[in-house]
Amino acid sequence: MDILYLLIPLSVVLALLIGAAFWLAVDGGQFDDLDRPALDVVIDDDRPPPERDEVREADRAAG
Amino acid sequence: MAAAAPPARPGAATDCFHCGLPVPPGTSFGFEADGQRRAFCCAGCEAVSRAISGGGLDDYYRLREAAAPRPARSEDCDELRLYDEPALQQRFARDAGAGEREASILVDGMRCTACAWLVEQVAARVPGVTSATAHFGSRRALVRWNPAATRLSEVLAAIRSFGYPAWPFEAGRLAALEAKERRTMLRRLWVAGLGMMQVMMYAVPSYIAGSGDIAPDIQRLLDWAGLTLTLPVLAYSGWPFFAGAWRSLANRALGMDVPVALGIAASFAASAVATVRGSGPVYFDSITMFVFLLTAGRYLEHLARARAGLGLRRLERYVPQAAQRLRDGNGLEAETVPAALLAPGDRVRVRSGDALPADGVLEGEEAWLNESLLTGESAALRRGRGEALLGGSVNAGSAFVMRVERVGSESTLATIERLMERALAERPRWVELAQRASSLFVAGVLVAALLAGLAWLTIDPARAPWIAISVLIVTCPCALSLAAPAAMTVALGEMARFGFVVSRGHAIEALAAATDVVFDKTGTLTLGRPRVLEVLPLGQVAAADALAIAAAIASGSNHPLDRALAEAGAGLRRPAIDSHCSHPGSGEEARIAGRRHRIGQASFCAALHGLASPIAWLHTADTVVWLADDAGWIAAFRIGDAVRPEAGRVVARLRELGLGVHLLTGDEARVAHRVAAELGIERVRSCASPEGKQDYVRALQREGRRVAMVGDGVNDAPVLGLADVSVAMGHGADLAQVRADAVLASGSLDDLVRAVDLARRTRAVLRQNLAWALAYNAVVLPLAFLGLVTPLAAGVGMASSSLAVVANALRLRARDRS
Repeated sequence: MDILYLLIPLSVVLALLIGAAFWLAVDGGQFDDLDRPALDVVIDDDRPPPERDEVREADRAAG
Repeated sequence: MAAAAPPARPGAATDCFHCGLPVPPGTSFGFEADGQRRAFCCAGCEAVSRAISGGGLDDYYRLREAAAPRPARSEDCDELRLYDEPALQQRFARDAGAGEREASILVDGMRCTACAWLVEQVAARVPGVTSATAHFGSRRALVRWNPAATRLSEVLAAIRSFGYPAWPFEAGRLAALEAKERRTMLRRLWVAGLGMMQVMMYAVPSYIAGSGDIAPDIQRLLDWAGLTLTLPVLAYSGWPFFAGAWRSLANRALGMDVPVALGIAASFAASAVATVRGSGPVYFDSITMFVFLLTAGRYLEHLARARAGLGLRRLERYVPQAAQRLRDGNGLEAETVPAALLAPGDRVRVRSGDALPADGVLEGEEAWLNESLLTGESAALRRGRGEALLGGSVNAGSAFVMRVERVGSESTLATIERLMERALAERPRWVELAQRASSLFVAGVLVAALLAGLAWLTIDPARAPWIAISVLIVTCPCALSLAAPAAMTVALGEMARFGFVVSRGHAIEALAAATDVVFDKTGTLTLGRPRVLEVLPLGQVAAADALAIAAAIASGSNHPLDRALAEAGAGLRRPAIDSHCSHPGSGEEARIAGRRHRIGQASFCAALHGLASPIAWLHTADTVVWLADDAGWIAAFRIGDAVRPEAGRVVARLRELGLGVHLLTGDEARVAHRVAAELGIERVRSCASPEGKQDYVRALQREGRRVAMVGDGVNDAPVLGLADVSVAMGHGADLAQVRADAVLASGSLDDLVRAVDLARRTRAVLRQNLAWALAYNAVVLPLAFLGLVTPLAAGVGMASSSLAVVANALRLRARDRS
């Protein structure tokens, strides 16, 4: 049972680390919108709108 | 309780594929897509849906959870141009680097996340827009564009053309504060939740182990670990409770926070002492759980407030007032400029129905002005040449020209802004009531805990502090304080989802208690624009063909009556027109198949063939438009304000819910009675002055009835304020929306019925919650007094009672979700 002397303090440190990670995530804006990301997964965005393609091609031709 | 109103389900056979409103019989808007026919209620919905399909955005229909807003008629593009003025853009746009500009846009009418996606796509496809993100929760979009390639007005026009009213929005200090507060609350909730789970881990062994199973030094280690993790929970998540308690004590008041702060501080101090000394019980798990649950309650409350605030946020949108400035000289040519850029001496034309952009003097012969916004006097006042005019008053007569004298903050226009600010600052009534009530409750709790402590001091001094703490925690009004916000959050969210935006907290309670619904103005029950009600053929031509001819002639004109004719004949095959000319004030003339046709007033048409006019609808209050060719009369059209398609159903449903339905209107009796008869409303008061309307509502209230008022105009503001709860129609005047307790943003009366039904269910849930919370306290308090409840058991009991309250509130939502 000696391992508990290591594991219990370790669990405290771990909990603090998780808290810090979450803190950074909130500050990074990851929790600002809880609805949209779920939707982004199901939307097919592999068909780029035609106008944008033209713009890109025009850019390429110019550059 | 009656079942919910039939939801406006998108895609049902008789409902519009796009907006979910019923398709009026006899129309044929629609097209084929994905092998399926889509039917629409109007040309606007069809156009938007075609645009969505054509742009490869059909995903929207797959993903949405609520029907789309019905697209409004296209707006005046000149007014959108105002947003391109650099002088005005300073207020809402900023440089985003790389020569790009960035602005926040407030988008109304988003009903679900799919709407936000659609808005993003639409904005991003305007050439020159480099990025666009829309957020459903806050109803905002952030757009970045290249000023060399496009203008902000084009982005706004694109979003608006899909049926979402959009305005630039001054992302001021308030918005930044709000975002910061939300993040802080989320962090507090998380810290408390994480701490609670982990501290519970350290506590569980000592609950399940027999005495002596855990070595004393391991037990001490567990206690110390619990103490380490409780500290941040207490100091960070629990901080608002200490601050709140301190604030209320400093104000010599007793808030809900006082017993909470006292309870957690006392139990933490006792547990910490026990930990350091290595003897005695520790209750870190109870403390963290307690803090977590209370923080969760606060978070819910915050969400409820944020949702309620959405209605008020409409005020933050930035609408520059437009003015029609006349160019130099005496010409009548006008340009649209922002009112803020007017200078004294400018000459401005004020169209009928427009508000005056600045203070000035009249240059024309006479003008009729409605100054009700400024003085409360609602009758139109006459002003003669050279008389002073107040900015902000509304032109109730025909167009006139005025010379500007004062502008900016010194003008009367600033009054309107002050009015709006006052509306924002008003505090919801129920918040104050709850605070007063809780003060008494808290005093009772403190006295009870003190009594328990004193009593046990004489019986068993060692247990006295724990019993006092148990009483404090067990009676803590946690479930009680969660009861209202939990139910309110769910109800507000549900209502906002179907387009009923509540801006004052008491609206839900008052709506549930209402006994009478008063429709103020006929316009609330009608579409508010002319429609062809009846076609009377006068010659050999059939009604449908006559309508087709009329529509063909009228389609070139912008006159409201002509637009009604063109719309009525939209699905018909129109004859070709050879030549066309219009005679302002009397009608239109066109040559069709070599024959002259006229449409308009009877005398104008009669001049074509010289025959006497036939008799038709002598007693109607509606407008009659005639159609003739050079051989004689062809048809007559009765054009008037048509009743909304859903109005009859709504009146019947309100009756079923036990509500009295009244029509209270300033319109003339014939119109009011026609509408009332069509809908089955028995109690009608027509030709009512605003004072008369107030008397009517007061008389109802004296009989002990609770009045819900549905209105749409500026003149309605005083009577809307008098009613127990007021609802403004979404497209009504802005100021009416400011004064109203709720806004029917969807524009469909069906949602009024759904809101009443939901409000009643909310009230029922709220009562159940309160009863449950009180019953729980009543049962547990004596047990705690007797010392039968440890602080942990008190915490568990409180947690489960809180969860029960939240779960009960969640029942409100599943019901009519398809």
